[in-house]
Formats: sequence, structure tokens, C-alpha cells
Amino acid sequence: MTAKTISSRLAAALLAGSVFSGAFAASALAEDTIKVGILHSLSGTMAISETTLKDAMLMLIEEQNKKGGVLGKQLEAVVVDPASDWPLFAEKARELISKDKVSAVFGCWTSVSRKSVLPVFEELNSILFYPVQYEGEESSRNVFYTGAAPNQQAVPAVDYLMAEGVERWVLAGTDYVYPRTTNKILETYLKQKGVAEADIMINYTPFGHSDWQSIVADIKKFGSAGKKTAVVSTINGDANVPFYKELANQGIKAEDIPVVAFSVGEEELAGIDTAPLVGHLAAWNYFMSGDSEANATFIDQWHAFIKDDKRVTNDPMEAHYIGFNMWVKAVEKAGTTDADAVIDALVGVSVPNLSGGYSAMMPNHHITKPVLIGEVQADGQFETVWETPGLVVGDEWSDYLEGSKDLISDWRAPLSCGNFNVATGKCGGAAK
Amino acid sequence: MHILRSLLLSLLVAIAAALPARAADDAELTRLVDALGAGGFDDTSAQIAALAATGEPRVAAVLELLAGGDLYVKKDGGAVVAATRDGKGYRITDPLSGADLGTVDRSAVTKIKINNKLRGEIKSALGSLTLASTDPAARMTAAETMFKAADPESIATLDAAIAGEKDPAVTEKFAEARAAAVLASDAGEADKLAAIAILKERGDRDALALLRAAAAGEGAVAEAAATAAAHVAQVLSFWEAGQNVWYGLSLGSVLLLAAIGLAITFGVMGVINMAHGEMVMLGAYTTFVVQEAIRTSAPWLFDYSLFIALPLAFLVSGIVGMAIERGVLRFLYGRPLETLLATWGLSLIIQQAVRTVFGPTNREVGNPSWMSGAFDLGHLAITWNRLWIIIFALAVFAGLLAVMRRTAFGLQMRAVTQNRRMAGSMGIRTPWVDAFTFALGSGIAGIAGVALSQIDNVSPNLGQGYIIDSFMVVVFGGVGNLWGTLVGAMTLGVLNKFVEPYAGAVLGKILVLVLIILFIQKRPRGLFALKGRAVEA
Repeated sequence: MTAKTISSRLAAALLAGSVFSGAFAASALAEDTIKVGILHSLSGTMAISETTLKDAMLMLIEEQNKKGGVLGKQLEAVVVDPASDWPLFAEKARELISKDKVSAVFGCWTSVSRKSVLPVFEELNSILFYPVQYEGEESSRNVFYTGAAPNQQAVPAVDYLMAEGVERWVLAGTDYVYPRTTNKILETYLKQKGVAEADIMINYTPFGHSDWQSIVADIKKFGSAGKKTAVVSTINGDANVPFYKELANQGIKAEDIPVVAFSVGEEELAGIDTAPLVGHLAAWNYFMSGDSEANATFIDQWHAFIKDDKRVTNDPMEAHYIGFNMWVKAVEKAGTTDADAVIDALVGVSVPNLSGGYSAMMPNHHITKPVLIGEVQADGQFETVWETPGLVVGDEWSDYLEGSKDLISDWRAPLSCGNFNVATGKCGGAAK
Repeated sequence: MHILRSLLLSLLVAIAAALPARAADDAELTRLVDALGAGGFDDTSAQIAALAATGEPRVAAVLELLAGGDLYVKKDGGAVVAATRDGKGYRITDPLSGADLGTVDRSAVTKIKINNKLRGEIKSALGSLTLASTDPAARMTAAETMFKAADPESIATLDAAIAGEKDPAVTEKFAEARAAAVLASDAGEADKLAAIAILKERGDRDALALLRAAAAGEGAVAEAAATAAAHVAQVLSFWEAGQNVWYGLSLGSVLLLAAIGLAITFGVMGVINMAHGEMVMLGAYTTFVVQEAIRTSAPWLFDYSLFIALPLAFLVSGIVGMAIERGVLRFLYGRPLETLLATWGLSLIIQQAVRTVFGPTNREVGNPSWMSGAFDLGHLAITWNRLWIIIFALAVFAGLLAVMRRTAFGLQMRAVTQNRRMAGSMGIRTPWVDAFTFALGSGIAGIAGVALSQIDNVSPNLGQGYIIDSFMVVVFGGVGNLWGTLVGAMTLGVLNKFVEPYAGAVLGKILVLVLIILFIQKRPRGLFALKGRAVEA
């Protein structure tokens, strides 16, 4: 065992201690509860994004308990801290399922953490709700993907920019699986649409990259070739703030070279002065500025729960909102929290989303969502400038990648297969 | 043909000159403004064009309001008003006259949405409207917008503007904008050749793009454009090398700032301080707290926030550093492995403490106005914040050097590190010198945090990103030598920026690391090795 895991566990234990003292006191009264696991990093690099999701889940559970819980029982949250440490995610997941006997787990942010817990959920046959947009190319019977697949975020965003007259593309991303896969899909898609190789620039940077001077200068140079240029950014996490600051400093305005981001939401913008960034874009399935009734209620609940009415809401929070309500509905439909019954009951469940419509769980364990394109405003919010006319079904196996375009996923009997190859008619065409 | 064109030209000039005279009456203007409230983006686009076509100076203000997202439609009656937030509701004014129309509830008005495309259209519309502005800066901006638009129809307007312009700098901009428009029009060969000469003189990337586009055709114009483009491209490639050096120095100064405190704690004292990054982070959070206090109580002080934050950050990090030295490290001198583990544990504790107090999300630290934006030096775009950070890093370096060389404390510090027992025998209280040296190193890290808060995230993870780089700089430069840290930081910065364009950021980092490893193999004590007895001590 390395020094790193020892001390990160120590830190996790310290933190977990402080988080639990409150939760336990409340739950000791209720004798028979349904346990729900929350697997989000509360320390380490990913705490910046995941802590909010933990709070959102606690709020959803509290609200549900006020309504009388599920199946007449109160819900009990079990929070663990995987401390942004990918192997620890698997250990914590095992602990939640085997020791705490949770009925379902809501958690993970990065793809690598999801890949780390996936075998655990399959082995112990439990349920994971994954709330973040991801690269697709995966389907598991035990995982329900409530975030966007590439066709629910990346592809519509590119379509929008193309309609706006963009001809040259910079695909900039952090160097890991989500940006690489998304950019591969986008590259194929763009080429199919007739964009020349010379008009696509692909750039990867390490995690937490903070010196963007040369790259922003490169983008500026690439964009001054006389054709309308846009940046498609899959830059993740902390690297975004220095990136946007550099864009603003070098005077790149959204009217000249717009940047459309897939990992920048209200929460990320909270750390930046957005006045110089007005007009840069983001593609999501939810914006806090949406004016639906459900959204207003959700924001009020959130502010009351977190006791700070400056806190923002974001897309992954909405994904948990949808996922949690789907789980509640499925458990009530199945009449039990037994994993197999709930997994079967979940497909076809439809619940309200926060943009004013309904989202349904599809047989491929992805959900239907509207796709929204928003422009950054000076107050750090997004204003929707375009949205898909209807709902888009998440497509787990991209049609634009060699090797996955023939695959489909359908977890209903009798097919019950995550990677059915329609060309060969066999399950397991390209098992991953 | 020629006569016809000049006839057309003079006609256009006449129209352009007559436009303001044909000022639309108020009712017509109000009708046009109110029209903005209806329809989608495409309708708004047409309405903007209609407004701009009136040539009325008052329209500029309305369009600016629209671009700023301050125009709203009253749900009752559909009148378009300018609105600003006022408590729970909005204070509304007439967009044309500015007359106060009272306050309304939030639900009584809807914002007129605009997008990038419309913002661009407004900008170019404003360009032609502000061409006659009394403010030379506004005219410059207008010329720049018209240069980007390169619209042949604007030649006449620009000709009129050039004729009336007195400021030579603005005239030059107008001429460039005109040249861009001429090149895009179907003007004659002589005109186009003159335009190419002007663009060649301008010689930046935008000019290059226009020249390259013109070179695509055939004939004398295309040939001249091609030669001009080649010339511009060559000049630009020189500037690009200069730009790389500049970026390298700027990255180097950031590395220097991050590493200079470590050069004291690790370089001089020999403590492997893994919590060094957290001292930087504390400095950045101090800046945040200072700015937050200023925002709520004295907003006019905002531009001086960094000056207030500097001594405070030095104190906060210095005191924490001293507490660490007195509380933990002094028991571990001579046991490097345990020091490493203990400081690493401390770094986690500090991170988590900050996360608990300030929350895990990024905190917004604003740039004071004198640190925002960029200016052009030839074809080099130099951003103010980078320039100030370079100056600041060098100032900190010089200050630290002076402390080490010229003060009694510096003398004691050097005495203790060179020969502890001898220094002790001379009456120097070595434990206190240790404590203050560590506090100094930490305090310097704290003021580095103030500078880094200007370009990086202020989050609990801020320090982690710099710790590896800092050690790399100190080891590369030569442990125990401040000059080594300076040269090391600048070398690594410039090296990084020259490798990056060819290898990409990820591979570039790896390559630099490999180079350092090879270098350390050859010279284990770094660039500037300490010689003599100090080494053996």
C-alpha cells in the first residue's frame, strides 16, 4: 500500500466522520429504511465538481422523505468519499453494496472512475446512476446513464455552429478518454459534412493546464485565415478558468471566434469574471436560466437546502434529479428494491425534467433529453439561443466511429444485450 | 466604365453625406425601435439593419443597449424599453430619449435575446454609425470593425471619412479599412495594387488572410498579392519566434514565482516541503478574501486590492509556515523521508481545511483594470497581466536577493545553513533563524499566490499544480543558489514554449522532463552548483 492511499484514506475517514455525525443521528430513529449510496469525491481534484452533486442528492432524498419516502419507508443516504482516487472508487462502491446494502448508488464524475466501479456493480448486481455527459461507447445492464451521450451534446452543438456559418474548427480538449473519443466522433462527423482536413485543428493539453498563451495564440492564428472559425472545447475542470482568462486577455471575442464548451456550466463560470466572455457558448441539456415552473421550484429548494442563494444549479444536478425520480418511480412500480426488478422496471419510466418536458429511460439505459445551446451572459448565466425541436435519445454506440456504428444496446428481454451487432446479428460484436 | 464608377461613387458619397440630414422623425424611430421586440433572431437582424439605415446618431445608443442585453419588451403594449435591475424589479427608461418610465415588476418585461451573429451585426452597424464620432478611440474601433467586414459598399463612406479626418493615426486605420474593402470589390487594377501596398504595410495576420485570398486569382493583382503575402508571412514568422520567447519568459516568471519560496525552504534549508504549494494557495485565498471585503465595503479600492493583499498574504503564509516549522518540522530535521511524509500530510490537511471553509468550488478573483487586456508591440500582443507578473517576479527575486546579501538576518541565515554549529557558537539562535527562514520562504510563496490568483484558478487544488514544477526548477537550477532558480525557471519556461508548438502541450511537458533528467545525470548538482565547504555541511 502506498503512502498516497494511506493518507487519502485518512483524509477520507476524517471527512466522512464529520459528514456522518449528522446523518446518523437522524436515521437512528427510523428502524426500517431504504439505503441510497452517494459515491462522489468530497476531497481531491474532483471535489470541486462532485461535492455539489452530493449535496444535490442529499436534498433530493430529504425532499422525498418529506413526501413520505418510498414504499412507505424513509430513505437513508449513505455518503462515502472516494477522494478523487480511481481505485478507491471501486473499493467504496463494494463497501456501499456489500456492507451498507444500499439499493442504488448515485455517483461518479470522470469516465475513469465509472470504468473503475463498473465491474463491481456487475459482479454484485447493483444499480448505478451516472449523471455526467460522457463519451459513449459503453453499455452496462447495471448502469443508467442520465448525462448526455455525444449525440445529445457534441453533435447538435456542431450542427448549430455550422448553421451559423462556421467553416474552420479547433477541437481543443484535455488529454483523456472523454475528449479524445468525442473529438474522434466530431472529426468523422465534420469530414462527412465536407470539412477539409486542413480546416480542423486538434489540440490536447494535460489536466490542470494553466499556461494557455501559445495555444490561444495558435487558435488566433488558425482563426485568421479568412474563414469563420469556432473552438469546440472539451477542456475539463480546472484548466478552463486560465483558458477563458487568456481568451479574454488576448481579446478573442465570441463574435470573432466563438468557443463552444461541453464541460463548462454555471458552476465553472462561478469562478470567472464573465463580462469579457459574453457570447461564448455551451451545449447542455439544462440551463439554470430555463424558465419552467419545475426549474424555479428546484432552484428555490436548492437555495433553501444549501442556505446560500448565490449557489447555482447545473446540468449534472438535473441529471441526478431525473435519475433519482426515475429510481423512485421504478421502485414503486416494482414494489421492491430488488436490483433485478428495479432494472427491469426502470426502462420506460418517464419523469418530468427541469426544462419543462419529460425524460424517459430508454432500453439502452440512456434517457431522452432536449439539447440546448446557450450563450454566456455577463451575470455568469447562460441564455438559450437554440434548442432541438424535440427530445433526443441518447445513443451509446456512436454512428460515427468505425467498430461501433453497427452496435445497438437493448436491455429488455429477450435481447438483453449491451452490444448487439446488427450486421452480424450476434451479441458481443465488440465487447468492451 | 471608369466614368461610370466615379459617377456612382460620387452619388454614394452624396447619399452618405445626405443621410444624417434625412434624419427620421421621432415617431418613425420609435416605431423602428419598438419593432425590435417582435420576432426571432432573423427578424431582429432585419430590424437592426433598418435602424442602422436611418443613420440617426441616437440609434447608436439603442444598438449599444441591445448588444449589452439591456433592452426589454413590455408585455403590456409591446413597447421596447431600456431596463436595469432595481431590487426585485426593473427601472425602465425610454431607449431613445432616456426619459425615466418608473419601475416595473420582473414579470412585466421580457428581455430581447440576441446571439453572437446579431452582436456582430450590431458591431458593424455601430461601426458605420460611429465613424463620425468625436472620440478618436471610437473612430479607431469603427475603422477596425469595418476592416474586418471588408464590405465593398463601405468604400464611399470611408472615402468621406478619410477626407474629413484630421488625426493621422485614425486616417491610417481608415485607409486600411478602405484597402480591405477595395480588395473585396471589383475595383480596377491600379486601385487594387494600391490597396495591396497598404495591406502589406499593415502586415498582420488579418492583412495576410486578405492578401492570401486576393492571391488566389490570376493576373497582376494576384501576383502582387502573392509577393506581398510572402513578405508579410516571412516578417510574421520572425515575430512569432519573438512571441515564443516572450511566452517563455512569462511562463518562466510564473515558475520563478512558484519556486522562489521553495528555493529558500528546500534550497537553503534542505527541507523537502511538500506543503509549499499550499502556501501559494493560501496567498491566493488571501487575495480572494481581500477582494471580497473590498467589494462589499469599499468598491473604489478595487484597483488597489492586490497591493493590500500582498503584505497580508505574506503574513498569512509566513505565520502558517512558522507554525509548521515550530510545530512539526523542527522535530524532524535530518530525517528527510519523515519530513516529506509529514509535509505531504500537512498539505492535505490545509487543502481540506480550505475546502471546508471556502467550499470546493473556484473562487472569483478579479483582475484590476490595470492588469486587464493587451497592447501591441509591433506584431506582438502583450497582455498586461503577464507583463506585470514578469516585473513582479523579478522584483521579488531582487528583494529576496537583497535580504539574503544585505541584511543581518540574511547573514545569519547563510551562516546557519553553511555551518550550524559554528553559527551557534557565535551566539546566533539557530532554532529561531530556522523558524524565520522557513517563514520567509512560506511568506514568499504567499505573495506568489497573489500573483498566480490573477492567471489561475483559486481553488483548494491551486498549489498541487505547482509543486512538481517548483521542485523541478530548484533542482535544475542548483539547490541552494537563488541565481540558479532564476536562470532555471527562465530556461525551462522558454524551452517549454519552443517545444510546445512542435510537440503539443502534453508531449512538450514530457520532453522537457526527459531533458531535465538527462541534464541531472550529467550535472547532478544542477546549473549552478554550490562549491566548497557549504556543500559538505
